[in-house]
Amino acid sequence: MELKEVTKTEGTMDIQDILKPENLVYQKTKLLTDTPMHYCPGCSHGVVHKILAELIDEMGIQERSVGVAPVGCAVFAYNYIDIDWQEAAHGRAPAVATGIARVNPDAFVFTYQGDGDLASIGAAEIMHACNRGENILVVFINNGIYGMTGGQMAPTTLEGMVTATTPYGRNTDLNGYPMRITNLIAQLPGTSYVTRQAVHTAGGVRKCKRALKKAIQNVLDKKGTSFVEVVSTCNSGWKLSPVAANKWMEENMIPYYPLGDMKDSVKGEHSEN
Amino acid sequence: MARVIGAVVVDKEECKGCSVCVDACPHDVLALHFEVNSKGYHYSYMKSPEACVGCANCGVVCPDTCITVYRTKAS
Amino acid sequence: MGEIKLMKGNEVLAEAAIRCGCDGYFGYPITPQSEVMETLMVREPWKETGMVVLQAESEVASINMVYGAAATGKKVMTSSSSPGISLMAEGISYLAGAELPCLLVNVQRGGPGLGTIQPSQADYFQAVKGGGHGDYKLIVLAPSSVQEMNDFVDLGFELAFKYRNPAMILADGAIGQMMEKVELADYKPRWTKEEVAEKNGDWATTGKPASRKKNVITSLEMASNDMEVRNINLQAKYRKMEEEDVRYEAIQCDDAEFILVAFGTAARVCQKAVEVAREKGLKVGLLRPVTLFPFPKKIIKELARKTAGFLSVEMSAGQMVEDIKLAVYDAGSNARVDHFGRMGGIIPTPTEVVEALEDKFSWELSYGVKRSY
Ligand SMILES: Cc1ncc(C[n+]2csc(CCOP(=O)(O)OP(=O)(O)O)c2C)c(N)n1
Ligand code: SF4
Ligand code: SF4
Ligand code: SF4
Ligand SMILES: [Mg+2]
Repeated sequence: MELKEVTKTEGTMDIQDILKPENLVYQKTKLLTDTPMHYCPGCSHGVVHKILAELIDEMGIQERSVGVAPVGCAVFAYNYIDIDWQEAAHGRAPAVATGIARVNPDAFVFTYQGDGDLASIGAAEIMHACNRGENILVVFINNGIYGMTGGQMAPTTLEGMVTATTPYGRNTDLNGYPMRITNLIAQLPGTSYVTRQAVHTAGGVRKCKRALKKAIQNVLDKKGTSFVEVVSTCNSGWKLSPVAANKWMEENMIPYYPLGDMKDSVKGEHSEN
Repeated sequence: MARVIGAVVVDKEECKGCSVCVDACPHDVLALHFEVNSKGYHYSYMKSPEACVGCANCGVVCPDTCITVYRTKAS
Repeated sequence: MGEIKLMKGNEVLAEAAIRCGCDGYFGYPITPQSEVMETLMVREPWKETGMVVLQAESEVASINMVYGAAATGKKVMTSSSSPGISLMAEGISYLAGAELPCLLVNVQRGGPGLGTIQPSQADYFQAVKGGGHGDYKLIVLAPSSVQEMNDFVDLGFELAFKYRNPAMILADGAIGQMMEKVELADYKPRWTKEEVAEKNGDWATTGKPASRKKNVITSLEMASNDMEVRNINLQAKYRKMEEEDVRYEAIQCDDAEFILVAFGTAARVCQKAVEVAREKGLKVGLLRPVTLFPFPKKIIKELARKTAGFLSVEMSAGQMVEDIKLAVYDAGSNARVDHFGRMGGIIPTPTEVVEALEDKFSWELSYGVKRSY
């Protein structure tokens, strides 16, 4: 810790008087391991990992939790949250989670998937897991791109967006349209809570955490599949600085992928709004 | 009247210098240091510590969870 | 004595799964094995033993459900037929790479492509050489009777857990569909949560208690050195299987000048062919590999020193014949190895087999077999 630079100026309290255990308001949860995350600076993946870890700790469910890591940048999620994990094949996390949850009905099982993983190669598995109302949480990181493989087009890539495989921008004649898969998921009677969040501001992170908490509680209460999309940045893939990526996301992604709850119900009931 | 004051501690070795915390701070407390850490990143630090209110926005948005936040009331 | 019943091979598989304390079955319908899941759905074992049965949306999903459930240290299985197993290839490679125990069943039909629903043995290579990517092996059991469809379920799980490796029952449409008398196994209770934790808690995703480090099931290693170590360990495990768990049946091989080598349905035909040949005065025996991996190389090497020739009889264009040739070559023997097979879902007749033997080994039969073996 480098304290020299944070000494308060005269007239206010000394910094050392503030840095006391009784004044602690925010710190790294013990559910996050000491392994430094491999993500690019400013990547949304780290924020979502953190709030998941905080919730697993706060809700006291570490012993019941099994995470399913995807193929994608989050493949190493298992190095960061101190729970049991399994690494799934590309797109198959919902089937893997189904297997875990079906033979362990008391477990809290979640998948953590990117947009290529969930909306492209794994489109069938996610639809059917949600349609069966598997008692799992799905965390869906929509960064509009294939981060891990070097920034190719994802189903969610915006029209006109430049990626490694759409060097002149996504052309809808050639590639079809950006997919709002979460809206489709909300139509499935197996889902209970379906929401779209973002973590580019402190307010967004806090909201997203509340949404994830509700989603986890729904799984614990066996209400069906809970699905939380997080509109995210991939500043490396987008070729922007982290702060600029947050701005770009706000101006371009969020208008197409508007934030908010799409469904809040229990499985078997239709109550989309 | 008691004024809320805060302070943060940045784990400068873990910081990746992404500047997201700098952008998220409502009181312009933070900045990236001109020096770099052992990984070569310009780490975040309290440039204007007197302005910190301990709102924890910086800690909450940090993807690498490098910021610890403290808050109290000034007498 | 256990309960005796007249049952179809596929139904017996389902019954044996329930009785051996299996925790979960995940599958997708495909002829000629759909009776496995149908039988389970009629039996509703979740009411009786707590066993889960789920119809998945595809074979891709069913193998990945097996991958997830197997990671939790429980006894889980799937069954399919040839095209479905092709779809599972990636998942099987993951199961082998992450060293997870599970039971897979392939009730083979004729290929390639959509092929035919009639029985075939043309997935031998897929089962014993890979099918999926990477250097991995499955433990492969080849039943040749309905009784073995029963017995190999429990045996398959036993071997799978002994080695933390997927085991496959490689049957064919004839074994799956035929009705035979079978002695069913007695019920074994499913493992309790505590038993699973005790047996598999050091690796399985049972949920992390404070008392241990987190368990991570993965086949990924970024560093080449670490990945090579993983591979070396896998290969050592496969060598141990070859040392300890080879199974075969040798019928009238002691005085045999010619040996038929066949598994599954082809072995049933060959057993009859041995009788036909012996009536004709030909000294013919049958070697029936029961484990296709680990392959019974040792006994083939021994037989190669006192036999004029081997005829691999397969319901395929000739796949196992390559493994026989390798074993004979290893023995330094000049016994000749040939193949006879029917394809497209046709089961050869015993007479055809004997005629093929006489044809392919006509030189040895005319000029005597006492060459330098
Ligand atoms: C079967 C298979 N096909 C392709 C790949 C290569 N691959 C790895 S990650 C990836 C895309 C991941 O993108 P996304 O799911 O959006 O995750 P992100 O990295 O953006 O978080 C692809 C195509 C693979 N590992 N397996
Ligand atoms: S490539 Fe994109 S998604 Fe992957 S770690 Fe970097 S910023 Fe994050
Ligand atoms: S706690 Fe709030 S005021 Fe203080 S540095 Fe962080 S964001 Fe700024
Ligand atoms: S958000 Fe975290 S990693 Fe990024 S600059 Fe601030 S302290 Fe460093
Ligand atoms: Mg992506």
